[in-house]
Amino acid sequence: MTTVAAVAVPQRGLVLDLRAIKIVVQRDLIRTFQDRTRFVAALVQPLLFLFVLGSGLSSLTQRSTGTLDLRTFMFPGILATSTLFTAIFSAVSIVWDREFGFLREMLVAPVRRSSIILGKGLGGATVATLQGILVLVLAPLVDVPLTPGLVVTLLAEVFLLSFTLTALGLAVVARIRQVQTVMGLMQVLLLPLSFLSGALYPLSNLPTWLSIAVRINPLTYAVHPIRSAVFSHLSMPADVRARLNPPITWNGWVVPTPVQLLLVAVIGVVLMGVAVRQFQKVE
Amino acid sequence: MAAVEVRGLRKAYGEIKAVDGVDFEVQAGETFGFLGPNGAGKSTTIKILCTLATADAGSARVAGFDVGTQRDDVRRHIGLVFQDTTLDSYLSAEQNLRFHAELYGMPRDVVAPRMQQVMEMVGLWERRASKVLTFSGGMKRRLEIARGLMHSPRVLFLDEPTVGLDPQTRASIWEYIGQLREQEEITIFLTTHYMDEAEHCDRIAIMDNGKLVALDTPERLKASVGTDRVTIQTADDDAALAVLPGAVASSDGILISVDDGAAYVPKLFATLTVPITSVTVTRPSLDDVFLSYTGRTIRDSEQTPGMPAFMSAMARR
Repeated sequence: MTTVAAVAVPQRGLVLDLRAIKIVVQRDLIRTFQDRTRFVAALVQPLLFLFVLGSGLSSLTQRSTGTLDLRTFMFPGILATSTLFTAIFSAVSIVWDREFGFLREMLVAPVRRSSIILGKGLGGATVATLQGILVLVLAPLVDVPLTPGLVVTLLAEVFLLSFTLTALGLAVVARIRQVQTVMGLMQVLLLPLSFLSGALYPLSNLPTWLSIAVRINPLTYAVHPIRSAVFSHLSMPADVRARLNPPITWNGWVVPTPVQLLLVAVIGVVLMGVAVRQFQKVE
Repeated sequence: MAAVEVRGLRKAYGEIKAVDGVDFEVQAGETFGFLGPNGAGKSTTIKILCTLATADAGSARVAGFDVGTQRDDVRRHIGLVFQDTTLDSYLSAEQNLRFHAELYGMPRDVVAPRMQQVMEMVGLWERRASKVLTFSGGMKRRLEIARGLMHSPRVLFLDEPTVGLDPQTRASIWEYIGQLREQEEITIFLTTHYMDEAEHCDRIAIMDNGKLVALDTPERLKASVGTDRVTIQTADDDAALAVLPGAVASSDGILISVDDGAAYVPKLFATLTVPITSVTVTRPSLDDVFLSYTGRTIRDSEQTPGMPAFMSAMARR
């Protein structure tokens, strides 16, 4: 008969919650690196957008983009949309966890439920940012010069964007029990969000209804800083710049980039709060 | 100190009184079986004990902590093994346990030795690096038990630990549970549908319609519902019947009801002059106990009346 070392579980505290957040993120990363096909598959979409759609449409748009290659113009938008998909689908993984029972293991642990959900949010954001790095590797192919400063800026913005999107995903799927339901719902959510964000077209000369819709869509305020960062590293005539990357205005007031990023962060935190509340209601 | 202490516990879902005033205590170190037909209120009771549901009235303490007000303390001192798997099958066995250790904030230096200890106990140490999806049903259940033990809980809740497993695997799970009782200072609280398995428990509680209808050791419960039946066949039944008080003729031979069949048989041989050709002693089973307290056999009670098993299985989805 062996004697048992008494294992005392330490008192609750910040350290315990941080460890919980860390392990939830770590699990997401382990799962991502295991599933290399998902990584490759996730690259297919940006490649198609950039080199098939981008190249194909170039001949149509030469006049409006002037000296700038359409693919260069599209690059920031594609960086944003591809992380959008990865972030939202990371959030969906919590429904898989529920269906396969693992969510229960997490929810019965002696840690704050908010730590678990926050871990899921940060995990999704981290995975989506890694995805962003892969897309960034394509940048030189479309004449976007990657300086260390630009890379850091873009990754920080992508991280913020994907955190907010994962939070949105978590808030939406909190009460959903079946993966099937989520898949349909996400399609309905994702396409309008990305189409109305100005990721794929410039925000100038839009019909009034569309320019209003774009301004209501929170994603716009994440996509615009990403494009501005890329454009600040490109040289082009002032009129082309004004046409392709006009500032976002509210009733004539130019919304500065920090305000846009702050807005995205606030929305992310609010959505995360909603997600936590939703999950607190689940047993 | 009692490991589990339940006082006047009540919980209603709308009109339905799932738990209707339940009191009991489980002593530290005990293996306690919780039985009852479906809908009897045992799942609700367990959920309250595990802090997954809140009681409407009454109180419950687990490992000395109040399930209503000291939720996290309760959670830290209990291990849970649910009926449905809660493992991440894309992670290895080791990664699943490590996740658990982190979530329960185990001191880092004890994680590795404890992991080896619990995995060796359930015979999975050699498979620690394999992904859970390569495991059989029995192995998964064993891994769940190991994980439930990782943080050295004072009370281990096992909800139907052997359901859906083949008889051989069921037996091996019980072997591990037996080993566990020897090696760890732990209280085991389990539910089961298999009455033969309830025999492994020190004490059994039977719940029906939200109330506790019986609570005692398996031996005493069986004694309470009836006596042992001794059936004999002899060379001359009529002669035997004439000298044995209380004996009746039945299709199987002569039937005698006595309190202690095992002690009665040697006396029978010593006193009866008619040659005996065969003896069978039948003790009341826990199935008889269950039937007598709930009016149903446990197998009948698994199905809602009028609903075939597969339909109730579908309805649960």
